[in-house]
Amino acid sequence: MAEIKSNAASVEFRNVSKFYGKSKVAAVNDVSLNVEAGKLVTLLGPSGCGKTTTLRMIAGLEMATSGEILIGGADVTSLPATDRDVSMVFQSYALFPHMSVMENVQYGLRFSGFPKKEIAERANAGLELVGLTGYGDRLPSQLSGGQQQRVAVARALVLEPQVLLFDEPLSNLDAKLRRRVREEIREIQQKLGLTVVYVTHDQEEALAVSDRIIVMNNAVIAQDGTPRELYDAPASAFVADFIGEANMFDCEVVAVDGDVATVRLGPVTLNLPARDHAAGPARLAARPNRIDIAAAETPGTLPGTIEKATYVGSHLEFVVGTEFGEVFVVSPDVDSGLRAGQPVGLAFPERGPVLIKG
Amino acid sequence: MRHHKEVHGLHPTVILWVAVGLIGFAVLPWYGTDSNFFTLSWLLDGYPLDSDVAPALFLALQGEKPWLAPIGVLLLVPFLLWNRQKTDPFFGRLLIAVGAIGFAYLMLQGFAIGLRGWRFEWMTALFGELGDRQFGMGYGAMLAAGAFLFLFSLGLAGRGVVGGDVFVVSTIAFVITVVALFIFMPILQMLANAMITQEGTYSLSSFAGKIFSERLWGLGCVTQNIGCGVAWNSLFLAILVGVLTTLLGLVFALVVTRTGFRYGRVLRALTVLPIITPPFVIGLAIILLFGLSGAVTQMFAELFGMQATRWVYGLPGLLIAQLLAFTPIAFLVLIGVVEGISPSMEEAAQTLRASRWQTFRTVSLPLMRPGLANAFLLGFIESMADFGNPLVLGGNFDVLSTEIFFAIVGAQNDQAQAAVLAIVLLAFTLGAFYAQRFWLGQKSYTTVSGKGDSGVHPLLPSGLRYTVFAIAGFWVLFTVFVYATIFYGSFVKLWGVDNSLTLVHYVKSFAIGWTEFGIHWKGAAWSSFWTTITIALVSAPLTAAIGLLTAYLLVRQDFAGKDAFEFGTMLSFAIPGTVIGVSYVIAFNVPPIELTGTGVILVLSFIFRNMPVGVRAGVASMSQIDRSLDESSLTLGANSWQTFRKIVLPLLRPAILAALVYSFVRAMTAISAIIFLVSARYDMSTSYIIGRVENNEYGIAIAYSAVLIAVMLAVIGLMQLAVGSLNIGRRGRDGDLSQSRTNVAAARPQPAFSGGG
Repeated sequence: MAEIKSNAASVEFRNVSKFYGKSKVAAVNDVSLNVEAGKLVTLLGPSGCGKTTTLRMIAGLEMATSGEILIGGADVTSLPATDRDVSMVFQSYALFPHMSVMENVQYGLRFSGFPKKEIAERANAGLELVGLTGYGDRLPSQLSGGQQQRVAVARALVLEPQVLLFDEPLSNLDAKLRRRVREEIREIQQKLGLTVVYVTHDQEEALAVSDRIIVMNNAVIAQDGTPRELYDAPASAFVADFIGEANMFDCEVVAVDGDVATVRLGPVTLNLPARDHAAGPARLAARPNRIDIAAAETPGTLPGTIEKATYVGSHLEFVVGTEFGEVFVVSPDVDSGLRAGQPVGLAFPERGPVLIKG
Repeated sequence: MRHHKEVHGLHPTVILWVAVGLIGFAVLPWYGTDSNFFTLSWLLDGYPLDSDVAPALFLALQGEKPWLAPIGVLLLVPFLLWNRQKTDPFFGRLLIAVGAIGFAYLMLQGFAIGLRGWRFEWMTALFGELGDRQFGMGYGAMLAAGAFLFLFSLGLAGRGVVGGDVFVVSTIAFVITVVALFIFMPILQMLANAMITQEGTYSLSSFAGKIFSERLWGLGCVTQNIGCGVAWNSLFLAILVGVLTTLLGLVFALVVTRTGFRYGRVLRALTVLPIITPPFVIGLAIILLFGLSGAVTQMFAELFGMQATRWVYGLPGLLIAQLLAFTPIAFLVLIGVVEGISPSMEEAAQTLRASRWQTFRTVSLPLMRPGLANAFLLGFIESMADFGNPLVLGGNFDVLSTEIFFAIVGAQNDQAQAAVLAIVLLAFTLGAFYAQRFWLGQKSYTTVSGKGDSGVHPLLPSGLRYTVFAIAGFWVLFTVFVYATIFYGSFVKLWGVDNSLTLVHYVKSFAIGWTEFGIHWKGAAWSSFWTTITIALVSAPLTAAIGLLTAYLLVRQDFAGKDAFEFGTMLSFAIPGTVIGVSYVIAFNVPPIELTGTGVILVLSFIFRNMPVGVRAGVASMSQIDRSLDESSLTLGANSWQTFRKIVLPLLRPAILAALVYSFVRAMTAISAIIFLVSARYDMSTSYIIGRVENNEYGIAIAYSAVLIAVMLAVIGLMQLAVGSLNIGRRGRDGDLSQSRTNVAAARPQPAFSGGG
């Protein structure tokens, strides 16, 4: 029995731009990035941010207007999709409806010059890998959404591509199935050591599957880092708000001593990592679950009044009115008995708020 | 990178096209042969040495036609690319140069040297008298030209045009070339001809005199009691027909979709009628009913003692005939539009307190606007281009299309006059084409989104409902009556004089006898019948192929100048058949492309007349196929040709079949273009029937028409069966289609229409 291996290679963008049409609107603007071999990197961002265009440029389905694209160190900038060793799993799966599952999986192998016997062996191995042995004779329309999705993955995998691309692969699945399929994808990626570039607009999905996340906004990279870095130390208000939710405060950096900045937020004084900020006005991002609700008048807290309290099962959601406007707070303590109209104090724990730019 | 294949020797595609070119140059006869090429009788006519059938190589070696020698030399140049890669800049540049120079030289020598030596006097002055001449190009020249064209495309692809895709570049180059050669060149030659005076010189003033003549633009019908100019007649008739067919079509569409009428399928069957009916047949039926000795006329004369008149000949008869013939087309267009309006729009209006009538007036009707414009345009163009009905029914009411015919065929044989008339006709149809685009403008009328839209269309207000029922009912009865007349009339001995029933018309036309040599096709109609079937069978696959390839380029590929490309290919949609006919007669009567009197010119005229049918069928169903299927195939390592063959074509099977059948049927019913192009050897059914009408042999004409209708009904019926089973096909074997999720929406092939048969 043949086994599916990986020929994982790195992907590199050097100052790549893509302009559409005569209007010269940039879909991707001067982007440089590097995906190491064997890693799963997610392109994350709101719709229209350029993430899908970036993915399609890796595939060779779009041609870069300027810049260089390298796969495994070789310049592929002007190669069309047919000639790149890259496979892609499409959002719609793009299974050929007039071919059986087996024919679909064999499709790419038939153009790669393998002998007939090996084509069959590899296709079987591919189906086995995604747990669909025995489904070869069915037509795509006779499979469930999740099964179709796995056929699409198998079809791409059997070619043992240098890079495997996923374009929002979970968006056509229902919520429960999504979690399982994304775990399967991650499992196969790690088992085979594949280089995967994965596009999504769902931040939870991105945090769950990625080695690294590249957040894009308005055709440029907003931030590039591990899931932990992005969540705990967002570089900008955009990233802070896009990954998880964040409350933004205008604050004042009073003094900077080495890596530590002393920050004043109304009546509260905080010592935070400076992150290259100098003294002067700045902005602060705080996650809703990293703000504690204390009794009113507690020293070192921001005074406010609960405006709304919503019970959502696993936790409570509060909207608290303060001098900085409404603050959104999530508390796991569903039995606290806090009610709308009650005055409280908002406390910021050590690892809570982060200084950000913009 | 996949397939890192180094090319040793010559690139395989270069070998292919150089070989094709050399076969054209050194093996096949360079000039057109007198007899049919495919009978191979030219092999016995002194091949390869006789200059009539010799390949270019032998001509050049014998010292004849020395200007052909450079073509052979150019075909050898690509051997310089030995061991060069496609990505090598020299590879692309050399092929572009060879292809462009070769193709241009081949065309130039063809145009420069004709039947009497140099075609232009200044060339005689420059190069001296040429003691030689040449005829129309043949298959040898065609292969050589093709080789140059595709070498040129390969060169362009090598230089990275359209992502370096050889298949796409070649297809674009091919479609542009044939469209330029067989649509634009004839039209331009016709324009040039319009300026030629009787003495054979070019003159603008003579052209102006003709185009502004009283005969065309006279307003006699307003100021005095004589007929108006031909152009006014055509325009007036076309606008009337456009408006009335649109209204009638709307009535039918409303009956089917907005009244809860249960027998909508029966009404839909009506839309088949114009496809299977040769356009002048309705005119014949009108004569049988309302002519001087027509059934209705006679009845009225007896009942009320009215004097039988020829009132029906002219505008009234034409209007009735064209309304009958073209209303189903408007119906077909409008039913799609009326059904396409999302019911939730109308339901939203109703929940916003609009009454049924207000909903209809403020939401439904405005959303139908593009459909109405489309239906009007089709009616207008069909009427302008209609040739058969004016010929049999026109009387003294002259219209452009018949006027063009008589300018060419009549005693005058005035090509310049025909060209001028054709220009006026073309200006009208193109004007309508433009006006429609302008009117619809930028507004978006799309109401059907990707999301499933449930809900039902509201019913019409009851007053309106009874009105549309009454109109539609009357019209259906009238249509049935007319078709019954055709059928019945084919059995009547001499309509209006001797009403006894007989089979003599069928016997005369379609009798079959047996002789010692087998079946003897005794009937007079068989020859034209088999010619028609053959020509239609040859042209249908070619039409479908070029139409679908064009559709593929339009839907799936992006390249510079795509808008112009689209405009060019859809232009023939607005060119009336009469204009195509005249321009072909003018352009292809002399070398380099000398085709008059052959079957090839008929095939060509059908291909380019019916190309929009294939394009539309292809575009409609290709838009239903998710683009990610193609892309997925590309990322899996198939190239664009393999993708086209393995993915696009199989999914297009219903559209291919539809395009095949419709181009076949249209080739059988066409009259306006081919009436100029038929010859004694290649006579077509429709022109044969028109000939019978002109000889007052109505019985035979009607009988022949009835046979044609029956044949085409059978063909369409078979196709419906085939498409039906294809749609179910493999996917539906296990039944439950509603649960299945595919990337292909079930696309019903939609027939497309264009200017008049």
